[in-house]
Amino acid sequence: MNDSTTITPPSEAASVQPVFEGAGSRPKMTGQNVNVFYGEKQALFDVNLEIEANQVTSLIGPSGCGKSTFLRSLNRMNDTIDICRVTGNILLDGQDIYDRSIDVVELRARVGMVFQKPNPFPKSIFENVAYGPRIHGMVQNKTDLDEIVTSSLKRAGLYEEVKDRFAEPGTSLSGGQQQRLCIARAIATKPEVLLMDEPCSALDPIATAIIEELIDELRENFTIIIVTHSMQQAARVSQKTAFFHLGKLIEEGATDEIFTNPRDKKTQDYITGRIG
Amino acid sequence: MSVSNSEHIVTSYEDELTDLARAISEMGGMVEAAISAAINALLKLDHETAKQIIAADKAVDEMQRKIDETAVSMIARRQPMAADLRMIISSVHVANDLERIGDMAKSIARRTLQIDGNKLAPQFYNGVRHMTDLILNQIKDALDSFANRDTAAAIAVCERDDEVDALYMSLFRELLTYMMEDPRNITQCTNLLFCGKSLERTGDHATNIAEAAYYLETGKNLPVILEEKAQQKS
Repeated sequence: MNDSTTITPPSEAASVQPVFEGAGSRPKMTGQNVNVFYGEKQALFDVNLEIEANQVTSLIGPSGCGKSTFLRSLNRMNDTIDICRVTGNILLDGQDIYDRSIDVVELRARVGMVFQKPNPFPKSIFENVAYGPRIHGMVQNKTDLDEIVTSSLKRAGLYEEVKDRFAEPGTSLSGGQQQRLCIARAIATKPEVLLMDEPCSALDPIATAIIEELIDELRENFTIIIVTHSMQQAARVSQKTAFFHLGKLIEEGATDEIFTNPRDKKTQDYITGRIG
Repeated sequence: MSVSNSEHIVTSYEDELTDLARAISEMGGMVEAAISAAINALLKLDHETAKQIIAADKAVDEMQRKIDETAVSMIARRQPMAADLRMIISSVHVANDLERIGDMAKSIARRTLQIDGNKLAPQFYNGVRHMTDLILNQIKDALDSFANRDTAAAIAVCERDDEVDALYMSLFRELLTYMMEDPRNITQCTNLLFCGKSLERTGDHATNIAEAAYYLETGKNLPVILEEKAQQKS
């Protein structure tokens, strides 16, 4: 962690109990007593959450509840904000990602991100996907690069639509295609975890359905964490759901259970449309 | 998590849920009255009332259709979650059970029309009389447990269903005795036996309504809970 963070000793960190009943294998990522501050303002309060491997975990809650802050802390995107301070532990395969020894660039290759608004680089379709593997030194030659670009576009369900127009600008694609291009770009560096911040909020229902189908397919190979304002989307795509309110993790559990029989009144009120 | 006291931000959604609950209450009242009237018509061999009960069943069927349509429309338009989803699904189940109770009332009324009062000994009615109060209470308590989200009352209804079954078995044996005593009793006693069976099935539907009440409030399946409790005791 950086100078302004508090580090929990590993022995103490290891003693934190899993909070998700039924979690069998070791979680892919774990947040332990995570607090996030923007200057004096505290945005997250003692969040404990385990992210299971090869599952989709939805983070839901009203605007300003801290769900995006938590998501961004999972690959240290908050480092780019000077006044942001994180305490507690965030573990990736048991290793604290805020440890001094962690290379943030390498971390973000392992924990990729897809943003709310499709943001392709002002480059060709091919270059959008090739950029990551190239800067991370993942390829030795053009053949390797072609292979990664093609397989990433196929996994993102975009290859058939763009295979004859690799040289065209990424921005020439439709909104839904651009978002799939961003997903292809994110998975080209072969991340283990994929963070998605409202990936469908700018898309029409058909493009949304295609992305949701893609998310379901991608979880075979990736661990996915998605922030969404659409509770129906959370219910459709995720196996686990976590509800945040005013910076606190109120409730988390199996998605089926959260949407049919939540334990906490705040969760119930939010998902049934009783609080804003 | 029980049903929230808070109101929806969208008032029209709140109004629709209130209307749904009101429709269930109204249908419950119609069916309670029908089964009570059917039993009275049977005990008094009141053919006129029996005919009215048969005719009135259409209104109950229509009520169920309306509740189903409302529920489907709400699921499509509101995408209900949690307690709201449970309310809508439970309402569909309860309306279905109420419609079946309405059918039981109609069935008793139809049997009433076939019974020849001149050939009916008063003691033949004993079994039906014994079942009457319990069945009417079961329906009332089940509907109250649904309206009030009263889990204790719902459990009590389910646990009393064994008494209904026992009374039906008693009625069955009694009528069988009369039939064995004199084969000329067979027609009358068979009609009464069918009425007894309708009452027993009415009790089963009351139990289903109580189970829906329990699910509505807790999100849990009452028969599973009761079975677990029974296993723990043994």
